[in-house]
Amino acid sequence: MSTEMTIHPAERRSVNATELLAVAQDCLNSQMRFLMAWHDWEEGVCVVRYMLSRGQNPLFLWLEVRGSTTLPSLTALVPLLGWYEREMQDLGGLTFTGHPEPYPLVIHEGFSVSPPPLGAMVGHGQLRGAYSAPTMPEVQGDQVQDLYWGPVRADVVETGEFHFSYIGEAILHYHPRLFFKHRGMEARFAGQSAERAVYLAERVSGVGSVCHALAYCQAVESAWGIEVPIRAQLLRVIIAELERLYNHFHYFGLLAKTTTLKVGAANGFLLEERVKQLAGQLTGSRFLRSLLAVGGLRRDLAAEHLASTLEPIIDEGEAYLNRLQETATHLDRLMGTGILTKTAALDEGATGPVARASGLDRDLRRDHPYAAYAKLRFNVPVREKGDAMARSEVRAESLREAIALLVQASGRLKAGPVRADYRIPSGQQLGLGWAETPRGALMYVVRIRDGQLARVKIKSPSFSNWRVFPLTVHGTNMMDYAINEASFGLTIAGCDR
Amino acid sequence: MPLWTWTGLKAGKAATRWPTRGVDGQQGVVGMPRLDLKVCRSGCDACANSCPTGAIQMREREPVIDYGRCIVCQSCVEECPEGAMQSSYDWAFGVRSRTDLIWSTALESVDAKELGRRVARSQRRSLHIRHVDAGSCNACESEISALDNPFYNLHRLGIFFTPSPRFADLLMVTGPVTATMHAPLLATWEAMPEPRMVMASGTCAVSGAPMDAGYAGASGLESILPVDVWLPGCPPNPAALIHALLLLLERMPQYVAGGQYGAG
Repeated sequence: MSTEMTIHPAERRSVNATELLAVAQDCLNSQMRFLMAWHDWEEGVCVVRYMLSRGQNPLFLWLEVRGSTTLPSLTALVPLLGWYEREMQDLGGLTFTGHPEPYPLVIHEGFSVSPPPLGAMVGHGQLRGAYSAPTMPEVQGDQVQDLYWGPVRADVVETGEFHFSYIGEAILHYHPRLFFKHRGMEARFAGQSAERAVYLAERVSGVGSVCHALAYCQAVESAWGIEVPIRAQLLRVIIAELERLYNHFHYFGLLAKTTTLKVGAANGFLLEERVKQLAGQLTGSRFLRSLLAVGGLRRDLAAEHLASTLEPIIDEGEAYLNRLQETATHLDRLMGTGILTKTAALDEGATGPVARASGLDRDLRRDHPYAAYAKLRFNVPVREKGDAMARSEVRAESLREAIALLVQASGRLKAGPVRADYRIPSGQQLGLGWAETPRGALMYVVRIRDGQLARVKIKSPSFSNWRVFPLTVHGTNMMDYAINEASFGLTIAGCDR
Repeated sequence: MPLWTWTGLKAGKAATRWPTRGVDGQQGVVGMPRLDLKVCRSGCDACANSCPTGAIQMREREPVIDYGRCIVCQSCVEECPEGAMQSSYDWAFGVRSRTDLIWSTALESVDAKELGRRVARSQRRSLHIRHVDAGSCNACESEISALDNPFYNLHRLGIFFTPSPRFADLLMVTGPVTATMHAPLLATWEAMPEPRMVMASGTCAVSGAPMDAGYAGASGLESILPVDVWLPGCPPNPAALIHALLLLLERMPQYVAGGQYGAG
């Protein structure tokens, strides 16, 4: 029965565990790129799915391995799958043989939960344990020092523990230990009404409330075959681009803070605040929450005059970006800092501005259009150098494009319904939804049975980029670390889920 | 550098002078829903059914709201057939006693709620905060770090964030306190000198909702640390945070008592 489930935006291909490595190699040879992997239990049978994008083909490809809980690890071939496989080991109780980095990831060493929370059986175990140091490569040598920084760090920041092995200023090895904030979000969706669980998606990563809710709603809409009315699609673009706007202003404020440009930091944070206040006036929520719903929007928004309301922010934002671009002390700290090569970005799964700054020309809004993006004109900025400078240039361009999109979308609004009429189908459906967040590609996969969520998989952009980030830290120096981290623009809640 | 000095001077002050005068910056921002019992139809439980966090329970055929579990999603407002649940701008929900977040028609006297422990005079005009993220969704961090932006400019009120718990008077906690963050949170608390205070910031930290069930769930600070100020909100906006901080310092009144805004 489960094999009959259809899913519109993806083509599905069944693969045996024994031939998986060969099939994966074939896919790589034909220029496909792996995006993510996740597992599910359908009628007690384990299904592991790998999702790939196929260049110009708008249909994603799903490879499905059915009936095996022990699979060959693809990490040596496709390094970006390393964390996905480790997550399936920690949470699903699966085994990936020959994994080059076979350590726990989501469930810390020293902690356990039994049975596995996303395992074959529904259990009611609690995550318990006590702190224990993570497994690290042994670093020996004269004057090598070890620094464990976190989980409680300086300033108002998210929780994470960062391990540095260093000599003086030079960093030999760097390891971020995340998942202190793991809240079991995917398991939290299970059993909820698919219609009502939007509030959960909004709370996976607060500064990504819109994109998470949007990708989730689109996943459910693809499962149920719902057509969203055009006004709702344009309004979805508007709130998603407003979210991009305040995130990017925050990014430049933080980046200026790390290069000790005090007025520049204050300017950026003030512009962020003004966008958030505008969001509050427009929608009642500074994070644009409680708006999105399956089928469209919960209520209409009067966004017709947004372009004129935004005008002062647009002018000041442009002047701000230009001033940053003219400040040599700021740019000096960005040039050549934290270089990510194109090969590493591709292999390790970089996404969003981080990938585009390393020469990967990808953007879900253009390559796999959703909401009203196919009807709007925008450019996708790409740079080749892969340093902090390139990442900030991509963000600056993408901020300008966000403004252009806001102006276009609000100008095209016409009166009409903002929510589709639909009936919740019975039986079982699979759905896939995505969004290009300010930080990169976000994916939601949902399996629904009689209106209730059976399995939700969230692939967040920060999960991808946190895996890539350490590659730009090894062999660099302590002085540049904060600047490099700010230039990546990562969140931890989105990664930890 | 003269470029930035010049633009900074030219732009002038961006800071609001709220709460003394001026605007709080939250025009249009929706807060906790209000319940008007006079129009509530007895026997209907639409609001309780619509609430995703179980903040509304039916007791003797009347809804009882625990605002410590409210995530401001407005579902009850949309579902109530009589319009008894109404959207409001009541977001300054900081209270000194957890029970004040729970709906109660029989209000206790405000005097009875005065905490035994008063804030030292020296702390009232100079408070240092150590923030700990114990598993938030980062919306709370976004709003807490906004306190340092030029608009709110927290320093004008004599309130500062400090990196070291050794220098901190107040521990500001966000998130439901995940299993892995339990020990680091307590270690931070232990490292603070006395007298020390705690603020539960955001609905997760107040009650755990909506992150309380499940294998990695937790239920906030109630059984973990002695809390001096409870501030629900998802997330609490910067003005709500400032109100809660000034409430703690006895520089602003509490607005909420028995779950009712304006009764404090």
